[in-house]
Amino acid sequence: MVNFTLNGKALQTTEGTTILRAAEENGVAIPHLCYLKEINEIGACRLCVVEIEGMDRLAPACNTVITEGMVIRTESPRILAARKVNLQLLLSRHRTACTSCVRNGNCTLQTLSKQFNIREIRYDLKPEKNASSGACPIVRDASKCVQCMRCVQVCDKIQGVHVWDAVGSGSRSVVDTADRRPVAETNCTYCGQCVTHCPTGALTARDDTDKVFAALANPELTTVIQVAPAVRSAWSEEFGLDTDVATVGRMVAALKAIGFDYVFDTNFTADLTIMEEGSELLARLKEADKHSWPMFTSCCPGWVRFLKTQYPAFIPNLSTAKSPQQMFGAVAKSYFAEKKGLDPHKVFVVSIMPCSAKKAECELPAMKDACGDKDVDVVLTTREFCRMLAQLNIAPAKLEETAFDSPLGSGTGAAVIFGATGGVMEAALRSAYALVTGKNPDADAFAPYRPVPGKAWKESEIQIPGAGPLKIAVASGLANTRKLMDALQNGTAKYDFVEIMACPGGCAGGGGQPIHEGQELAAYRGKKLWKLDSDSLVRFSHENTDVQALYQEYLEAPLSEKAHHLLHTDHNA
Amino acid sequence: MKRLELKTPLQLQKTLDQLSDGMQRRLVASPPGLCPVETVLNYLTLARSESCGKCAPCRIGLAAMADLLEKLLDGEGNADTVALLEETAASVANSADCAIGIEAAKAVQMSLAAFRDDYLEHAATAHCLVGKKEALPCRALCPADVDIPGYIALVREGRNADAIRLIRKDNPFPVACAYICEHPCESHCRRTMVDDAVNIRALKRYAVSQAGEVPQPSCAPSTGKKVAVIGGGPGGLTAAYFLTLMGHKVTVFEKRRQLGGMMRYGIPSYRFPREVLDGELKSILSLGIEIKTGVDIGRDISFADIRKDFDAVFLAIGAHTDRKLGIDGEGSEGVISAVKLLRGIGDGEYPDFTGKRVVVVGGGNVAMDCTRSAVRLGAEKVTCVYRRRIEDMTAQHEEVDGAIAEGAEVMTLAAPLKVEADENGKVVAFWAKPQMIGEFDKGGRPAPKDAAEEPIRIPCDIILVAIGQGIDSKAFETDGVPCGRGGWIKAADDTAIKGVDGVFAGGDVVTGPATVIRAIAAGKVAAANIDAYLGFHHEISADVEIPTPRFADLRPHGRVNPAERPADERKKDFACMECPYTAEAALEEASRCLRCDFFGFGNFKGGRKERW
Repeated sequence: MVNFTLNGKALQTTEGTTILRAAEENGVAIPHLCYLKEINEIGACRLCVVEIEGMDRLAPACNTVITEGMVIRTESPRILAARKVNLQLLLSRHRTACTSCVRNGNCTLQTLSKQFNIREIRYDLKPEKNASSGACPIVRDASKCVQCMRCVQVCDKIQGVHVWDAVGSGSRSVVDTADRRPVAETNCTYCGQCVTHCPTGALTARDDTDKVFAALANPELTTVIQVAPAVRSAWSEEFGLDTDVATVGRMVAALKAIGFDYVFDTNFTADLTIMEEGSELLARLKEADKHSWPMFTSCCPGWVRFLKTQYPAFIPNLSTAKSPQQMFGAVAKSYFAEKKGLDPHKVFVVSIMPCSAKKAECELPAMKDACGDKDVDVVLTTREFCRMLAQLNIAPAKLEETAFDSPLGSGTGAAVIFGATGGVMEAALRSAYALVTGKNPDADAFAPYRPVPGKAWKESEIQIPGAGPLKIAVASGLANTRKLMDALQNGTAKYDFVEIMACPGGCAGGGGQPIHEGQELAAYRGKKLWKLDSDSLVRFSHENTDVQALYQEYLEAPLSEKAHHLLHTDHNA
Repeated sequence: MKRLELKTPLQLQKTLDQLSDGMQRRLVASPPGLCPVETVLNYLTLARSESCGKCAPCRIGLAAMADLLEKLLDGEGNADTVALLEETAASVANSADCAIGIEAAKAVQMSLAAFRDDYLEHAATAHCLVGKKEALPCRALCPADVDIPGYIALVREGRNADAIRLIRKDNPFPVACAYICEHPCESHCRRTMVDDAVNIRALKRYAVSQAGEVPQPSCAPSTGKKVAVIGGGPGGLTAAYFLTLMGHKVTVFEKRRQLGGMMRYGIPSYRFPREVLDGELKSILSLGIEIKTGVDIGRDISFADIRKDFDAVFLAIGAHTDRKLGIDGEGSEGVISAVKLLRGIGDGEYPDFTGKRVVVVGGGNVAMDCTRSAVRLGAEKVTCVYRRRIEDMTAQHEEVDGAIAEGAEVMTLAAPLKVEADENGKVVAFWAKPQMIGEFDKGGRPAPKDAAEEPIRIPCDIILVAIGQGIDSKAFETDGVPCGRGGWIKAADDTAIKGVDGVFAGGDVVTGPATVIRAIAAGKVAAANIDAYLGFHHEISADVEIPTPRFADLRPHGRVNPAERPADERKKDFACMECPYTAEAALEEASRCLRCDFFGFGNFKGGRKERW
C-alpha cells in the first residue's frame, strides 16, 4: 500500500494506482476528456491536471502513478486556469455545432464546456477540414475531432484492426485512417467501437431514420420490423427506465406506436439459425475429412468482414448460414409475404440492431435471395430507434405492454442469448445435443462453459453422448479474435466449433448501442439477456413451434434445397 | 552630450541570447522524422525575422516563400506552387544583397533538390511522404534499436542485470558498447532541449560494471539448419548469437588467431580492456557457437565449399587492409601501418617505442588510437600530423583532447610530402607540406590547399600511417559475390546479396570502415532475415518489466561525465583509462532521462518493441 494525501486528506491505495483512479475510489471527481480506462491513459487533453506538492508543473492525473507520500491537490486557481485554457484550445479546433449534432446532450466536450462555464473561445477557430469518408456505415466528421486518440486506441487495442492513426506532423497532426484512404477502402469492419468510444460527434454511425420514416409514410408499403436480441437489453437506457418498466413488451409497444405494420423478433430467426447452423455442424462432422476446421459462426458481420480481409484462407470454415437478420429478411419476403398474400416487392423490412456493421451486411450483393430485392431494406441502430421514438414523442414508460406479431415474432431463451458472447455457442450446443441424443440436455448444462472476462478466448471440451468430444472456443473483441486466429493458423490451437463476436461482450456491447461516457455496459446488458433466457418457458431453439411450422409448411427440413437458397450464403460471392 | 558610449550588455540581449541558445539546442534535439517541408518553413521563419528589410529579394522573397510553403502544408497548393517556390528561391539566391537572404534561399533550393517527391506529394495530397513520428529519438538513432529508456530506467532502480538482459535483446555486446560505442543515440536526445544529452554510454558502462555475470537466455529447439558466419567481429558474432538463440547451428570462421575483429585488432585495450572483451566473448560463446579461428577462406577452404556445406552464409569480414600514403620513401624501415600496429597489440605483441620519436599520419579515431598507443609504448615524442584543422578531424573530440592531455602533439594543416630515410633505409624524418584551409569540397568539408610556405621536416624514428582501411574480398568475388569499388560487397538493406541465394553480408565489408554498433545492427538484421530465409519466424524478446516513470519537473541539471584516470598516470600503461560512475553519479544521470518511452508520443504509441 502507498500513503498519499488528497486534498488534505490522508489516504492509502494500492501500488501502481494513478491519481485519477485513486481520486475516483475516494469520490473525488477530476475532469477528463481523452481518458479511457486502461485503453487510453495518455495525458493528451490535459484537463485532468492536478498539483503535486514539490512539483513546479501540473501533473496529468490519468497516468501519474501515486508514489509514497505524494501530496495532491485536485483544485486550485492555477489548475482551474490551465483546465480552462486547455478546454478553449481544444474548442478552437472543434466545429461547435451542438444544435445539429447527433451527440447533442451526450457529448463529453459539451458537458465539460458547460461545467467550466466557457462563454467564449479566445482563439481563432480553426477546425480541421473534412475529407470524404466514403459511403459506409461509419461516418467521420474531422471538424469535430478533438484528437483524444480514443478511436486509435480502441481500434488498436480492443479490435486489433488498426484503421485509425495519428498522421501528419507537428501542429498539423490529425487523426485519420492509417494510410489516409477513405474508411470504405480500409479493413474497417464497421463494428462501431470507435463510435461508441468517441467523446464528441466526430465519429458516428450513418443515420438512416429518414429512409424508415419515408417507408412508413408510403401507403403502398407493408412495413415489417425485426428487433435483435441485444436491443432489448439497452434501448431503455436512453429513457432512463427501470428494468421492470423497460420490458420487451413495452419495446414492442413502442415499435407499434412508431407505426410499423408488423413487429417481429430476430429471436425467431436466431432459433432458425441454430437449426441451420447446428445441422450444418453435424453434417460437417459426419464428413469431417471433407472440411477444414474449426467451423466458425457467421452471425456477426464485423467478424465475417474481419475474417475475409485478415484471414481469407479461413473463409471456407465459416458456416454458410446467414445471420439471423438476413434469414429474417429472406423469410419475411418469401414465406411471410406468401402467407399474408403480400407482394414481396412491397414489403419493406427494417431491422433494429445493436450494430453498425449490420448496415453494411444488408447491402451485400448476395443478400437478395427472397424476391430479388434486398432482403433487409434498412438497418437502424438501437440509437436510431430511440431517436425515432423521441421525434414521435413516444414515452415508452406510459405504453401498455404488447406481444410480438405472429408468426415471426416468437423466440426461445436460446435465441435471446445470441446477444451475449457465448450465447450462440450455448444455443447451438443445447440443440445439437438434442439432435444427436434424441433428448434435451439440462438447459443450464452448458453454463460452466460461458466465457469469462480476462482471457482472450474461452476453450472447452464438450461431451455429447454418441458424438464424442467437441472442442469449442468462444471469443469476443477482434484483438482477442486475432490472437485466436493466429493460434489456429500456427497450429497451437485446434477446435471443432468456434463462436466469434466482433464487439467485446458480444452484441450487448455492440457499436450501435446507446453511448455512455466512461461506462462499459456489455456485461451488465449481457446479464439481462441471460436472465431473459433463464426466465423463458422454452429454452431450446428446436422447440420453437413457429420455426417448426416454418419447416413443415415451407422449408421442409434444415439444409433442404429451399433452406439453402434462402438461409445460406456464399461468403466468396 | 556623450560623444561615445560604452556598450553594456542589455538584459534584453542576455535573454535573447538565452533564447537563441535554447533554439540551438532544440534544433540539435529535433526529433528524427520531421516533415522536411515543414522543416524548411521553420528555417525560413527564422531567416525572415533576421532580414534587415533593405533589399527586396530578402525582405519580401523570404516571406513569400514561407507563404508558399504554408499553402503546401495546408493543402492549398499544387504543382504550380512548387514551381513558383523554385523560381523564387533561385531569384533570391541570385539577387539578394547579403547572406541572410542568400543562404535561406539556398536552403530552399537544396531541399527542393533533395526531396522534390515529398514537395509534390504535399502539393497533390497535402500529406507528407517521409515525415514519421518517432517516439524515441535515442532508439530511432541507435542502429541496433536498443531500448535505451528501458535500460536507463532499470539502471536507475539498481536492476543492472535486467538492464543487461534488456540490451542483449537487440545487441549481444552490451559490454563492448559500454566501453566504446560512439553513441549516436545521444545526438538527438530530447534532454538537450532542457540542458544537455543524457550520457547514455556512461550509464551502460555503469550497468555492466555492476551487473556481474548475467547468464544468457536459453536457445530455441534445434532447427537442424546450419549457418556459416565468416568473420568473428561484432557483426559476425551478433548474427551468430541471434541465429544460435533461434535454434540454428552456427559455425564462425575467423581468419585471425582470436575473435573480436576490430574490437580486438583495432581498438586499444586502454579504451576496451582485453579481459573485459574476453569475458563478453565467453558469455556469447556459452550459447554453443562453433568457432574455427585461423581459417582463411579462399586459402584454407573455398567459399564454394562453405556454400555447399551450409544452409546459409553471413559474410562479415570487415575492413582490415591498410591504405598507403603514396609518397616517396614510404617503404622505409620504421613506416608502419596502423592496421599492423594495432593488430599486433591485439595479439599481445607490444613493440617498444622507448626513446623513439613517432609521427602518426591521419585525423580519424584510428589515428588517435595509434597516437595514444605510441605514447603508452614509451615514445619520447608523438606528433599527429593532419592535413586539415582539428575541428575537421573525424576522430571524436574527446579522443583528440585525450591524446593532447597525454602529451601528444597535433600538427594540423600539414600534408604528407615524403619520408626521409638514412643510408640503411631507416626512417629519419617525415616531411610535410604546409596547407591552408580552403573552400568546401563536395562532401561539405573544407578542403586543404597548398600554402606558399617551405616544407616542414619532422625528425622521427617511426611513422604510423592511419589514413583509413580497405577491404579484401577477392576470395568471395571470384566465387560470384558482387563487389564494388574498393572491394565493398554489395548487399541490400536486408543484408541479402542479390543473385547469390542464401548468402548475406553486413558490417564494414558492406559499409566501409564504420562503427561497432553499426556492425552489430547488421548482424541483427542478418539474423532475422537468415531465419526467415531458412523458413522460420523465431522471435527474440527479453521479458524484462520496465519501471513506471516518475513524474518530475524539468529542472536543468548538468550532464554527468565519468572521470578518467589522470593523464600522467594513464599514459604509462594500457589499462582502462575511464573510470565507471559511482552509484550516486549513476543515479543522478539516470534520473536525467526524460523517459520519452512514456512522456510525449511514447505512452500513446509505445516506442518500445518488445520482440523482433
